[in-house]
Amino acid sequence: MHEMALAGSIRDIIDEVAHAHGDRRVERVVLEIGELAAVEISALRFGLEVALKDSFGENAIIDIIAVAGSGWCMRCATTVALPRRDAACPQCGSYQIQPTAGTEMRVKELMLAAVNEAAVDDEAHERSDHV
Amino acid sequence: MTKLTRDQTMCSTCGCGSGEIRYNGQPALSAAPLPAPTQAFRPVAAAAGAHVHDHAHDHDAQKVKIERDILSHNDTLAAANRAWLAARAILALNLVSSPGSGKTTLLVETIRRLAGEFPIAVIEGDQQTEFDAERIRATGAPALQINTGKGCHLDAHMVGEAFARLPLAAQSLLLIENVGNLVCPAAFDLGEAHKVVILSVTEGEDKPLKYPDMFAAADLMLLSKTDLLPHLSFDPERAIGYAQRVNPRLHTLTLSTTSGAGFDAWLDWIRRERATLPGARPGAVT
Repeated sequence: MHEMALAGSIRDIIDEVAHAHGDRRVERVVLEIGELAAVEISALRFGLEVALKDSFGENAIIDIIAVAGSGWCMRCATTVALPRRDAACPQCGSYQIQPTAGTEMRVKELMLAAVNEAAVDDEAHERSDHV
Repeated sequence: MTKLTRDQTMCSTCGCGSGEIRYNGQPALSAAPLPAPTQAFRPVAAAAGAHVHDHAHDHDAQKVKIERDILSHNDTLAAANRAWLAARAILALNLVSSPGSGKTTLLVETIRRLAGEFPIAVIEGDQQTEFDAERIRATGAPALQINTGKGCHLDAHMVGEAFARLPLAAQSLLLIENVGNLVCPAAFDLGEAHKVVILSVTEGEDKPLKYPDMFAAADLMLLSKTDLLPHLSFDPERAIGYAQRVNPRLHTLTLSTTSGAGFDAWLDWIRRERATLPGARPGAVT
């Protein structure tokens, strides 16, 4: 269950970037998660639901791009598909394969929400009226 | 908007818990200052000092390319730990395994046999109790117990905190016993020289296939408790084959802490690794 820890790290990155851009809300988050990264996507999504509460990314749409695993087969001296760590080379059957892609866990991009200053001001005035 | 600080929701606390991390039973006295943001990300507006709030201020929705590793914060702290260790020629090993593989017993025997060659210190990671650190301290070696609360692994921040709380001599051996867990610690670099995975023969030879990531992350596998092999239908060759299937570069040693069989090869491996550190001197033979 380290997906919860990953979700916390994603939240920190979102908040840092959102803050650096003038505290704007984030409405979409694009993640890249490799097939070999040992991440359970459903657990990560659940973790993000919890971790993003009260952050700039609350209610953001989470897009997850799955990156296919591949590796260098030492016997074939070529790159082959590697859907699992213990998969054999589809060409020669060897297990001497060094992963070259599919281990990444990355925040690829964020979509910052549009800001309309007038609307924000109105909102602020409305709020102060209620005080 | 309530902005939670990193410490309140630290990554090792699995969601609900906060502030549960203990060092030798004590919470961190004050929240450590947040490390400076990593240099990898430079917001354009902030860098240019351009974000002035005296103009009409509408923004369209804006896509921001990040391309940042999710664990980049941990990795930055791990790199700092690694530099700190290198400056002192300290060999740090991160020992990982399932609960019950005999990590602590193996450490106690390792310390006993290496006594007098070079200083040894231990960082113990467990969710709760100081039992393991007390077992280590009984050998005379300094030990710091980190209790992770609900956390399932040690992270680089905790280990960095431990450096300040543990007498760590230059050119010593630092053994970090991670939380017993064959999944999560694989992803978290602590700044160690090597991850050493321990698989005991009572666990089943197919474990490297069931939990491949830990065996892929390790540099050395110790197949332990081999004195029990006569009582089991465990095929060591098959276990090693499975482990090397997920990690062709994995070195393996078989040993028994109880009988002592194979133990010297493990100690020699440590001595060799230690000797490769720049600035390390051979152990003072006593």
